[in-house]
Amino acid sequence: MKNKVQREDFIYGLKRGFPIAAGYLPVSFTFGLMAVSGGIPVWMAVFISLSNLTSAGQFAGTNLILTGAGLFEITLTTFVINLRYMLMSLSLTQRLDKNMSLPERMLIGYGVTDETFSVASLEQDTLTFSYLQGLILGPVLGWTLGTALGAMICSALPDSLSNAMGIALYGMFIAILLPAAKRSKPVFVILLLSVLVVCLLRYLPLFHWISSGFRVIIATIIGAGIGAWRYPIKEKEENAVKEPIMKQKGEVTQ
Amino acid sequence: MNLKKAFLAVLLMALFTYIPRVLPIVIFRREIKSTYIKSFLNYVPYAVLGALTFPDILYSTGNFITAVCGTVAAIFLAYREKSLVIVALGAIFAVYITGFIF
Repeated sequence: MKNKVQREDFIYGLKRGFPIAAGYLPVSFTFGLMAVSGGIPVWMAVFISLSNLTSAGQFAGTNLILTGAGLFEITLTTFVINLRYMLMSLSLTQRLDKNMSLPERMLIGYGVTDETFSVASLEQDTLTFSYLQGLILGPVLGWTLGTALGAMICSALPDSLSNAMGIALYGMFIAILLPAAKRSKPVFVILLLSVLVVCLLRYLPLFHWISSGFRVIIATIIGAGIGAWRYPIKEKEENAVKEPIMKQKGEVTQ
Repeated sequence: MNLKKAFLAVLLMALFTYIPRVLPIVIFRREIKSTYIKSFLNYVPYAVLGALTFPDILYSTGNFITAVCGTVAAIFLAYREKSLVIVALGAIFAVYITGFIF
């Protein structure tokens, strides 16, 4: 009986991860393209995607490798850009199956991305290991495979197309944000706030000393901080904000 | 490019991407009681993604005008609740097409 539930959870996770995997293809393709055209060997581009499994951080880190930056700068920049995962993982801990073992937790940690986190936090139920495994598998494959394709096709693609692909990552972010902002006024306000802060930090000469990674962190803390103060979520309303984009989990597991 | 150094850099990147992801999941098992902190954590992904997307999206194609067109296409498709793939491909398509004009 338990096995059946686990398998259903896993399959449900796979289904939920599939759109993420498909969305990763054009983005990781772009990454492979960028890395190899900059001089990184194909195998290393693929290894970066498999081991880092992140968008903004690995784009930035690889750029720094290509420009010959020092190890410390590369490490610090990646770390700062990825600090946001700490907040996401912390948020996920509140929903995780309490019985999850340490190795299971260590594996799930690897698969936390902006997109898997967004989808997981939209679920209504406790997040089981089986579900998360399924959710993570597709995106890992999509991200790695897309990179391999981009890396190998690199030289065959005209500039006009490879430039256009630069927008893929952001298109995916918008696809996550907009439906949520449409349904929830707090989310809409928080979105505006964080974008406003990041723009101020970027365009006001006063703040030019702040690096792009820190700009994102500051904007996040201010946006979510003011949001949580103005729109605290009461226990019962919690799920109202996380209104599911796709079909609810109940269908598959119950 | 020194391949050995690049490989070391990649390993460091992987490690420092993994640490912030895994630490809270492994260490933190209590339930958070504070409504404020709960709400804050709930709102974080939206704030992060917003700050990552704008205004960087406008510089993502090397041509400001085509990037604006791609952004508009992405917003339109996302507002109509199209999937991740459709929105990403739609944005690429819009940039590619307008790239011939601007």
